[in-house]
Amino acid sequence: MRTQPLVEQMELMGCIQCGRCTGGCPLARKTALNIRSLIYDMLVAPEMDVHAHQELWDCTCCFTCVERCPKDVRPAELIIALRGEMVESGRIPETVGAALMGVFRQGNPSGIAREDRSAWVGDGPQPKAAQEGCELLYFVGCSPSYDPRLQTVPRTLARVFSQAGTDFGTLGTEENCCGSEVQRMGEAGLFEMLVEENGELIRRTGASRLVTTSPHCYTALKNEYALGKVEVLHYTQLLADLLAHGQLAFDREVPRIVTYHDPCFLGKHNQIYEEPRAVLNAIPGLQLVEMDRNRERSLCCEGGGGRMWAEGTNPEERLSAQRVEEAAATGADVLAVACPFCLLTLEDAVKVAGLEDQLRVMDVAELVADALDLPVTNQIGAPLARSTGPEREC
Amino acid sequence: MSLSRVGVYVCHCGTNIAANVDVARLAEFARSLPGAVLARDYPYMCSDRGQALIREDVSEQALDRVVVAACSPRMHEPTFRDAVRQAGLNPYMVEMANIREQCAWVHDDRARATEKATRLVASAVARAVLLEPLEERQVDVEPGVVVIGGGIAGLAATLTVAEAGYSAYLVERSGSLGGRVRELDRTYPTLDKVQVVLRELVSRVAAHPNVTILLRSSVTSVDGCVGDFTVEVKTRGANLGEGVDASRDSQTLVVGSVIVATGFDPFDPRRKPELGYGQYPSVITTLELEQRLAAGDLGDNGAAPRRVAFLQCVGSRDVQVGNPYCSRVCCMVVAKQARQLRGLMPDAEITVYYSDVRTFGKGAEEFYDETRAQGVLYRRASVSEIVRSQNRVRLVGEDTLLSRAIGVEVDLVVLATGMEAGADSASLSAMLRLQRSPDGFFLEAHPKLRPVDTATAGVYLAGCCQGPKGIADTIAHAKAAASSALIPLLRGSVQADAATAIVNPALCANCGLCVEECPYGAPALDPFRGVATVNALLCQGCGACAVVCPAKAISLQHATACQVLAQVDALMA
Ligand SMILES: Cc1cc2nc3c(=O)[nH]c(=O)nc-3n(C[C@H](O)[C@H](O)[C@H](O)COP(=O)(O)OP(=O)(O)OC[C@H]3O[C@@H](n4cnc5c(N)ncnc54)[C@H](O)[C@@H]3O)c2cc1C
Ligand code: SF4
Ligand code: SF4
Ligand code: SF4
Ligand code: SF4
Repeated sequence: MRTQPLVEQMELMGCIQCGRCTGGCPLARKTALNIRSLIYDMLVAPEMDVHAHQELWDCTCCFTCVERCPKDVRPAELIIALRGEMVESGRIPETVGAALMGVFRQGNPSGIAREDRSAWVGDGPQPKAAQEGCELLYFVGCSPSYDPRLQTVPRTLARVFSQAGTDFGTLGTEENCCGSEVQRMGEAGLFEMLVEENGELIRRTGASRLVTTSPHCYTALKNEYALGKVEVLHYTQLLADLLAHGQLAFDREVPRIVTYHDPCFLGKHNQIYEEPRAVLNAIPGLQLVEMDRNRERSLCCEGGGGRMWAEGTNPEERLSAQRVEEAAATGADVLAVACPFCLLTLEDAVKVAGLEDQLRVMDVAELVADALDLPVTNQIGAPLARSTGPEREC
Repeated sequence: MSLSRVGVYVCHCGTNIAANVDVARLAEFARSLPGAVLARDYPYMCSDRGQALIREDVSEQALDRVVVAACSPRMHEPTFRDAVRQAGLNPYMVEMANIREQCAWVHDDRARATEKATRLVASAVARAVLLEPLEERQVDVEPGVVVIGGGIAGLAATLTVAEAGYSAYLVERSGSLGGRVRELDRTYPTLDKVQVVLRELVSRVAAHPNVTILLRSSVTSVDGCVGDFTVEVKTRGANLGEGVDASRDSQTLVVGSVIVATGFDPFDPRRKPELGYGQYPSVITTLELEQRLAAGDLGDNGAAPRRVAFLQCVGSRDVQVGNPYCSRVCCMVVAKQARQLRGLMPDAEITVYYSDVRTFGKGAEEFYDETRAQGVLYRRASVSEIVRSQNRVRLVGEDTLLSRAIGVEVDLVVLATGMEAGADSASLSAMLRLQRSPDGFFLEAHPKLRPVDTATAGVYLAGCCQGPKGIADTIAHAKAAASSALIPLLRGSVQADAATAIVNPALCANCGLCVEECPYGAPALDPFRGVATVNALLCQGCGACAVVCPAKAISLQHATACQVLAQVDALMA
């Protein structure tokens, strides 16, 4: 691959090789990924063999490097572009290919049947079809729709939205993958297609607000779709807003010590640090304690950037393991998250570390369910069969 | 207008213009223009010989108007006005066509550049024909200078003015003189005790009979122009104790020049939350270390730190915080402080984390060499974040020479925070009509040729308010500002620009729109005559009033409607 076009397109000449990107990169501590030296390579060598850099698949797109760069270089976007080169050439990890194929065929990276997308509703009330018009469009997202562990989150949120009196609807089985991870795995063409299709579907509902379960969907829909007047919110923002306007109130005590893990795609990508904390602080009896590394310094759980479908070059050593230790050290009994990927990676790490008796990983929505005394169960029948796609890494 | 006799002079500017514009053809074209009686091209019109050429033609050929096609009028209009004045013409009978900056320098197609130059010259001649002589006014200069800001810059400027024999009023916001330097311990590259130097300067200023020091004071308004500024100063009650009205005293100073020496603000590292400043007590700034060194107490409760890290460029060279510039002093401040700590803690490990080391200036690189020789380690690693590690902190970054991620536990972290424009720069710039560069500091009139002047005549810049500087550069800058500020005072009178607005009382409807529009408060409604009048001393010739006046009663001399329209018509022809 010739380096010059990307050097120009990504404005790499702006780089002063300070090393704050790699210095802050959580993956650089455990794999060969070194974005600073990759940039240098691009600058000095006319050709680069991208396939010699399998560590490019380690990047979680946590955006620490983008946040830290004093020259606005946006190193993570170079990684995405280099992955794009690999996707173009067709030489990509099998699991990545399968995830992309799943999105293309079934509208979700796990490749589960499209018809099952509403399965998350379980025994809860069937939400209204947004296609018939609604004020608030709830974009559920792939993993929360299909993954049995995650389904509690949308089920709770649907109940909370009703209780708060919002006019909300979902796209049902017509909902498609938002493409956030597709874009970050480097499949720009497929992403463009999704943006077009979903954009059309969303605009047709006439909704003025859109709320997502996942910070990943939020990032794509908010920053990479051109949705015009539709206001895009993460659910923690919506809940904080409903609480502030008195449309929602918690009456049940939740006497727990909670520490909150800032997901990269809410925090570093979108600087949303306070709303999730506002929701937690509004729960009576709940005591919020902070980890040393919070907000801008939150440690990535390794769930983003397509990493749910690419295990990376050093799967043994996990940042999520370090993160749950940090959480346990605060003395909290709950590690709260606001992202489906964080929920899976951190819950798994708690099990691996044998901390189950001490620390429970819960989504903010699940704590909200407790505070509202909502009946949310985990058992909604047999796990769904996967038609294609590999096992998730965790 | 057929009576006018215009001489046109086309300058080569060496090859600056001649390389891209056919100057001979241009002169030939100029000869054909209505009103032009002669046209010449010459290598350097601004040279003595070039100016003499104009003077000779004015007397021998009885020219009554002169057009010089050369560089920007900002550069040489005063030169050519002087030349025609000496030949007995009114200086306002000169017009310039900028065929260098607006033509030769920006185009490379010679034929088309020449074509554009002909239009610019035609336009200038069309306007020249309509020029009218204006009476030049002399303004007596008030023999004093107001200096705003009593840091090292303000002190040096004040002393220079006072020693030249003029009154200097030093207006300082805080209760004491010296600015940031008051907080420093020793200075690079000599490691002198800086308070000794400062004390001496302050006492010389305070003892000088020509100096008036106004502490706890700020300037609330500035009116007038070079030679005759009226400056309002408000002083907060001195030693009146708590609960006393703070705005007790105000006074009016009338001076010839104003020097701005309001200094800088240190960058607040809380704006880089990843560095944990304000969260970990062992993370401090260079300014705090300076204070600790000056007080002789490192604040370590006797437990000398075993490992100390200095982090360079915090809040500088960083577009994320809006400061793209290098703060110039912090590399040397770090070298100085590291050297001092080396002396105080011989067993400690002292490391400077850098991405570039900039030790320019006399004795500076030598100082850096000696700092390393004494055992201070420089590591090319710019730290990305700081986290807690038991009772120490851990620096997280990459050693870019080893291409290796690092995590180093340290006892004390010193952030080399940069300089920013003072927080009240915006209000000062509005009050003094000062421009600011994109970095927020005040803008000098020219980065090389006029480093202490501003776009407002009679207002000068001294020290860090213009951009980051060390003490030596600050003092040099301040002395330069003082000598520029003294020029009008030494001359005793200044020429005020005659290109001001005038009101035709027969047309004025007394509507007052001009009064509202003028940014300088020059027009006023005369209650007896029922018309507007313009105070020529305050008018800056911006033309805002002439544009809003519905009755077309106000016009701007030297830019009248017919002059401007003739110019535009010729351009479009
Ligand atoms: C940590 C540190 C260490 C340093 N060490 C060295 C060193 O060793 N050697 C060296 O050469 N340089 C050193 N410097 C640089 C030095 O501090 C500056 O060169 C110097 O302070 C610049 O002086 P100044 O008068 O321009 O600005 P300041 O020192 O900022 O003084 C400005 C003055 O103006 C006053 N003021 C501001 N606004 C107004 C207003 N609106 N009205 C009235 N008064 C106002 C302020 O109160 C202040 O008194 C160091 C700087 C720092 C931060
Ligand atoms: S996005 Fe995160 S994981 Fe990827 S290179 Fe940047 S800092 Fe490393
Ligand atoms: S942080 Fe930015 S400037 Fe520094 S090495 Fe990385 S990309 Fe280059
Ligand atoms: S002087 Fe040195 S430390 Fe300060 S901003 Fe410039 S390079 Fe960085
Ligand atoms: S020309 Fe400008 S400065 Fe002069 S009176 Fe009119 S508005 Fe005021």
